[in-house]
Amino acid sequence: MKRDFMKLLAGGLSAAMLLAGCSGAAGSTAGGSSSEGGASADAGDTVKIGLNFELTGEVSSYGTAERNGAQLAIDEFNAKEDKPFTVEGVEIDSKGDPAESTTAAIKLIDEDQVAAIVGPATSAPSISTYQAASDKQTPVVSPSATQVDAMLNNGEPYEYAWRVCFEDSYQGAAMAIYAYETLGDKNAAIINETSDYGQGLAKTFKEKFESLGGKVVAQEQYNAKDTDFASILTKIKEKKFDVLYIAGYYGEAGLIIKQARESGIDCNIVGADGFESEKLAELAGKENLNKVWYTTCYTTVNASDELKSFIDDYTAKYDQAPNMFSALAYDATNLVLDQLAATGKTGAELNEAIKKADFSGLTGSFTFDEKTHTPKKTVLVVNQEDGVQTEVDEVEVK
Amino acid sequence: MSQFLQQVINGLSLGSIYALIALGYTMVYGIIKLINFAHGDVYMVGAYTAFICTAWLGFGFFPALIASMVVCGLLGVLIERLAYKPLRKAPRITALITAIGVSYILEYTMQYFMGSEVRTYPNVLPKTTYQLGPVSVTTHQIYIFAITIVLMVTLQFIISKTRMGRAMRAVSVDEQAAELMGINVDTTISFTFLLGSALAGAAGILVGIYYNTINPLMGLTPGLKAFVAAVFGGIGSVPGAVIGGLFIGIAETMVVAYGSSLYRDAIVYAILIVVLIVKPTGLLGKNQREKV
Repeated sequence: MKRDFMKLLAGGLSAAMLLAGCSGAAGSTAGGSSSEGGASADAGDTVKIGLNFELTGEVSSYGTAERNGAQLAIDEFNAKEDKPFTVEGVEIDSKGDPAESTTAAIKLIDEDQVAAIVGPATSAPSISTYQAASDKQTPVVSPSATQVDAMLNNGEPYEYAWRVCFEDSYQGAAMAIYAYETLGDKNAAIINETSDYGQGLAKTFKEKFESLGGKVVAQEQYNAKDTDFASILTKIKEKKFDVLYIAGYYGEAGLIIKQARESGIDCNIVGADGFESEKLAELAGKENLNKVWYTTCYTTVNASDELKSFIDDYTAKYDQAPNMFSALAYDATNLVLDQLAATGKTGAELNEAIKKADFSGLTGSFTFDEKTHTPKKTVLVVNQEDGVQTEVDEVEVK
Repeated sequence: MSQFLQQVINGLSLGSIYALIALGYTMVYGIIKLINFAHGDVYMVGAYTAFICTAWLGFGFFPALIASMVVCGLLGVLIERLAYKPLRKAPRITALITAIGVSYILEYTMQYFMGSEVRTYPNVLPKTTYQLGPVSVTTHQIYIFAITIVLMVTLQFIISKTRMGRAMRAVSVDEQAAELMGINVDTTISFTFLLGSALAGAAGILVGIYYNTINPLMGLTPGLKAFVAAVFGGIGSVPGAVIGGLFIGIAETMVVAYGSSLYRDAIVYAILIVVLIVKPTGLLGKNQREKV
C-alpha cells in the first residue's frame, strides 16, 4: 500500500513539474499583444524590443543602468502623441553569462518576436548573441560592448550586430595619449584583469604609451572576483612609475585604488570605462579618489540641455542619477526606434536603415563604420576629485 | 629584504583568515569525519550578518563581531541538526553531497535576500598605518592577528581544559565508547559545530572590514583554500589547521610576489595535490590505524 502511494506521489510530482515547466516558458512573455513579428509595423500595432541585460551578477550595475536607460527611451517614445506604433520593452536577464545570453536572445527572437534587441552591456555576453541574431535577421545593438573586434567574425562583421560605443583599442590608446601628453607621465605600471577586456586595454595602452616614448615598468594581472591585491601592490611599489593604469571593472578597480592609496602609492591612477559606476566611490573610499582619471563617452560635467532633461527624467523615474551606461542604452534604443519609425519595417530593412543611420544623441553624433560596425567618436576623459567628476577633456586618437 | 618582510606581513593577514576557517573544517572532520563544504558559506553568512549589524543597525565593531559569531554558531548547529544528524549512519559520500547542497542553499538564499551586488562596510574600525622600520602595518592587520590569536587560544583552552572539550576529544577518538562513558554524543557534536561556525563568523567580519567588499559567493574560494590548509596541517588536528592556514596564506602571497600573480590560486591547489600524494595525513595528522 505504502509503495503504491509513493509511486502515485512520484508520478503526480513529475507531472506537476512538467506542467510548471511548460507554462513557465510561455508565461514569461510579457503582455498579450497580437502583433506577429511580421515585416511591417503599422499604426496601432505594438512592436516589441528585446532588452537583454545583465540584471544579476558581477556587472549588474551596468545591466540595470542600461535597462533603465532603454526603458526610459521607450517610455518617452510611447508618450509622444504622434507615435506611429506602441513600443513594448521585453526584459530578460542574461546574468552576465555568455551561454545564458545566447539563450535569452533566441527566446526574445523566437518566442517574443522582437523587432530588435538592445544589449547586453558587456562584451562577452554580447558577442555570444551576434551569430543567432544574424541568422534570424534581428538587429542587435549593444550599448557598451567595447571589446576589440567584438563585431567581427573572422574579419567580416556580423551582419546584424551593432554597437554605439567606442572600441577598447581606442580607449586604451586614448588614455595612453592623455597620460603621456596631458598628465606628463613617462613611466607607467599596468594592473589588468585576465579577461579579454582587461588584456585588450592593457595591450593597446602599452603599445601606444611606448610608441610615444613612455616606458611600462611593470605589468601584473588579476582574476575577476579577486579581493586581495596587497601582494601585487607591494611587488610593484619597488619600481618607479608616475602613473598606474588599472584595466578592469569597478568591483576590483575600486579595491585596488583603495589598497594602493593606503599602501602609499600616491601617483596618478588612470583607467577605462570599467570605472564608471557609483560603486567605485563606495569601494575605493571617496578620499582615495583623487588624481584619478578614466576614459568614458559620457559625463555630466558641462552638460547640454538635452542631457540635463535626460538626467532629470531618469532621476525622477528611477530615484538615482544616470551614468554612462544608461545614456548609451538610451542612445542605442533611440537609434533603433528612430529607424523603426522611419522605415516602418523590421528584419533586413531595419538593419539596412541602422547601417546607414546618421545618429545624434547624448553620447555624441556618429555614423557607423561599415567594416567594423563601430562608430568613430571622440573619447572623453573625466577626472575624480574626492569621488566626484569635476573636469572633462577630449582626446582624439590618430 | 623589506619587500620580503612586507609580503610576509601580507601573507600572515591572509593566513590568519584561512586559519580561522580551517579550524572549523578540522574540528568537524575530527569529530564526525565529514568534510563540511558548507563551512565556507557559514563564513559568508557571518560577513553579511556583520554587514547588517554595522550598516543597518549601527553597531560598533565588537558588538557586530559578537553578533556575527553568535548567529553563525547557531546557524552551524541548525545545519547540523537538519542536514547532517539524520545521515550519521549513512555512507560518508551521502553526507558530503548533502554538505554541497547546503552550501548552495546558503549562497542562493543570501543572494535572494540581499541581492548579488557587492556590499561595502561602513567605517567601523579606524584605519591608520604604522611604519615599523621598513614595513608598514595597518590597524586592520593588527586587529586580525590579535583577534585570531585570542580566538585560537580560547579554543585551545576549551578543548583541553573544559569538560565539553574533553567530551569532544573523546567522541572524536571513539564515538561508541564515549557514549558508554555517559557522554551525550549529540550535544557534543552540536557544540563542535557551534564553535567551528562561530570562528568562521569571526573570519567573515574581519574579511569584510579588511577588504571592504562582500558578495553572496565570497565563501567559495576561501572555503576551498581553508580546506586545503586543514588538509595540509593534518585534518583533525587543531594546531595543524592554524599552521596550515598561515602556510597557505604566505605561500599564496610569495607566489604573487616572486612568481606571477596569476598563479596565486594554482599554488594552493598544487599544495593540496602534493600533500595528498606525499603525506595524506598532513603535517600534524595522526596515523589512524583501524583496530580490528
